[in-house]
Amino acid sequence: MIMADSGSSEEVAVIGNTDITSTESENNIINTMVERGTSLLKKMEINVAEAEKRTGKNTVNMQETYTVYLIEIRPAESVTEGGTPAAPDTLWRRYSEFELLRTYLLVTYPFIIIPPLPEKRAEFVWHKLSADNLDPDFVERRRVGLENFLLRVASHHVLSNDKIFFLFLTEEKGWREAVLDTGFQDKVDSRLKSVSAMLRVKNPDKRFTALKQYSDELNTVVSQLLRVRARVADRLYGVYKVHGNYGRVFSEWSAIEREMGDGLQSAGHHMDTYAASIDDILEEEEHYADQLKEYLFYTDAVRSVCKKHELMQYELEMASQDLAYKKQQKEELVTGTVRVFSLKGMTSKLFGSETQEQRESRLSAIEQSIEEGVEAVMEKNTECRDFVSAAWEDIERFKEQKDKDLREALISYAIMQISMCKKVWPSTLFRTSFCFQYKH
Amino acid sequence: MIVTGLKHEPMLCTLAAPKGHPITNQLLSELFLLLTAQILPQPSDPELTNGTLVDGSSPASASSTSALLSRLQVEENSEADAAELYASTETRDLFVTVDDPKKHVSTMETYITYRVSTKTTRIEFDLPEYCVRRRYQDFDWLRVKLEETQPTNLIPPLPEKFVMKGVVDRFSEEFVETRMKALDKFLKRVADHPVLSFNPHLNAFLTAKDLNKRQGLALLTKMGESVKHVAGGYKLRARPPEFNAMGEYLDTFSQKLGTIDRIAQRILREQSEYLTELREYASVYSSWAGSEDELQRPLEGVAGCVTTCCGALEDLSENMSQDFLPVLREYVLYTETMKNVLRKRDQSQAEYEGRLEAAVLRRQEDRTPMPLEVEKCQDKMECFNADLKADWERWQCNKRQDFKQLLIGMADKNINYYEKCQTAWESLVTVLQEKQTEDKTSETN
Repeated sequence: MIMADSGSSEEVAVIGNTDITSTESENNIINTMVERGTSLLKKMEINVAEAEKRTGKNTVNMQETYTVYLIEIRPAESVTEGGTPAAPDTLWRRYSEFELLRTYLLVTYPFIIIPPLPEKRAEFVWHKLSADNLDPDFVERRRVGLENFLLRVASHHVLSNDKIFFLFLTEEKGWREAVLDTGFQDKVDSRLKSVSAMLRVKNPDKRFTALKQYSDELNTVVSQLLRVRARVADRLYGVYKVHGNYGRVFSEWSAIEREMGDGLQSAGHHMDTYAASIDDILEEEEHYADQLKEYLFYTDAVRSVCKKHELMQYELEMASQDLAYKKQQKEELVTGTVRVFSLKGMTSKLFGSETQEQRESRLSAIEQSIEEGVEAVMEKNTECRDFVSAAWEDIERFKEQKDKDLREALISYAIMQISMCKKVWPSTLFRTSFCFQYKH
Repeated sequence: MIVTGLKHEPMLCTLAAPKGHPITNQLLSELFLLLTAQILPQPSDPELTNGTLVDGSSPASASSTSALLSRLQVEENSEADAAELYASTETRDLFVTVDDPKKHVSTMETYITYRVSTKTTRIEFDLPEYCVRRRYQDFDWLRVKLEETQPTNLIPPLPEKFVMKGVVDRFSEEFVETRMKALDKFLKRVADHPVLSFNPHLNAFLTAKDLNKRQGLALLTKMGESVKHVAGGYKLRARPPEFNAMGEYLDTFSQKLGTIDRIAQRILREQSEYLTELREYASVYSSWAGSEDELQRPLEGVAGCVTTCCGALEDLSENMSQDFLPVLREYVLYTETMKNVLRKRDQSQAEYEGRLEAAVLRRQEDRTPMPLEVEKCQDKMECFNADLKADWERWQCNKRQDFKQLLIGMADKNINYYEKCQTAWESLVTVLQEKQTEDKTSETN
């Protein structure tokens, strides 16, 4: 497992440590993020500590109930020797504010894979879980997800330096204005642009194509996994609960027996315990599902980056095409040949050719345009190259993070399964108590 | 009950007498005699087996030491001393086994036969060992004969005779295996019964090369179907409370068994649906592994674990339907049989009371002595009562044994299932964690 001081030989002793709980495992992921040591995280500790229900009037002046989450900021070394930790700075945020922050980040850093938020509505639910946003279990899991989101942003070496993010954590009131003031909404690419880019790009970067494909595959397979997992949970719930029926009938049966009575009671009691244990087991498994969901939503972010790249590439190609066209026009003008059909060319043929002045003014206009075009292409090229290098750096970082996190998640899932097996039929305990109480 | 032997070493014995039953003098004297037999080792002392110890109320049953032994059974797993004590005086002398099913195909029909092996030292048998082949029909014949000739005894049940041709495959391995186990149990129970085991029909069944059965019109007792109703105009005055209690017990007991059977079947269904989903779950992990590099091995590992769990679950379900359910059902049949015997006993009592009343009336009129038939009836009823009580005790004892085995068996199978799963996941965790520390150390180097 990941420890604070890496490289120590103590780690070897951790092999086979199956007693680690899944929350501990999750904490290990958080520890990794803190380790990365962004300057932000070196200064402060971030928690989403609580959730509370509020009622208020919404934008259409109707009463609504919503949940707010308490963000706590503490200075990093706040626990002094033998002293109590300093009181944190706190503010309340609701989910929609988190969404706003994220949209801002998406637009402002299109070359970064922006961490996802926990789901807006409960999906992939098995039957006992409620899909209600106000359900306390859902709220709790969302709280954890929001904290995770903040920590991921805070541990990203680019994102953690963003001013708006900092204000999100520190300025309760004025934040909304500050975000809107950045004018980020104007930078949002239109859907139409993205789609046409996707369809018409001529030289897509192979790496990005592969990445997009991988991301789509991952999205499909994780969705499928979450769906099947929910069905498995449902069925398992059924198996456990039906066993509970044994409890009552064994108890009734024990009433008519003399020697066997105690043994049967004990068996019945055990069945009840068994049947009841499934609730906690499945609740814990939701943790695992949440970890998978995070990466499911991450695929959307990856896709965004790929699409942005496509768009840039497309724009570059357009600019190059435009430049090539203009150059050709100049050539035609210079050599007097009309290779490309143009209305002007046609009309001048039909209505007489232009004067020398006209030609020269046109030529200089085109040359001007060509200059601009060359600059545009260079700009786009640089933009594109910068984008590609920045994006690819983040992609590599993401890949590593993904591999590490998911592996951790799988380990903690396995550990969960082990603890479930251990607790369910405490073998010797049941057997001996049954034998002992079962007299002839 | 602690008994001090001659050497003043306490020997612990557990009596099978149920709580609340008085430890009668009869029982005590039987025990004493048994222990003295141990100290003066003469296991084949004819005096012992000829029932000098008991009064005449249960003639056939209580006299042999084996009956004594079956009443004074020893707690399994515990008190080794007591086990030793009884082992040396064990006079079980008839051992039977049913195994080796074979399919026979003839022009008329196809059927299964089973090998019935016998080992015995009894003089009623000519040879010490026998080996014959029998089919279900033959077992059925035996049971019918036993019911005819031993009307006051509880005859163990046979597995269901008729199976719906379309629904159940009569020649599938599972069906044959389950049936064979039930037949084996049936035969063993008969062979262990102090009265039934001496029945000449059993002897014929175990030894004859060809059973010359006369499937008379009389009684084709169809197992699992209900009762021959007690005809006749005799009304029962009052059923003795112990038999009432038996009747009530049997009603509740069979009801509970029915419920348990239903629950077990439901569990099997739920488990099967769970298994289906679990298989798909495993395959999704596998397909995910296909698009990953670093994560390929962990994902394949998880897929493998889930698949192992599937296999373990299959075994568990199979066990449940092959070992658990059949025993439950057998006891339902057993209960029905017992109820039947109770009814016959009631009939016997009713007959006696009827005749008695008639005789008393006549006596009042003309002072004739109590007719012989009335006395015979009384004897018959009292014999029946005694036999029934003895059989009831035996049945209760067997029932306790069987259910203890059954429930512990079920627990063991479940434990086994979870252990298999646990082992699979544990080895995966070890592998994955090793890789982690490998990575960590290579990272820091």
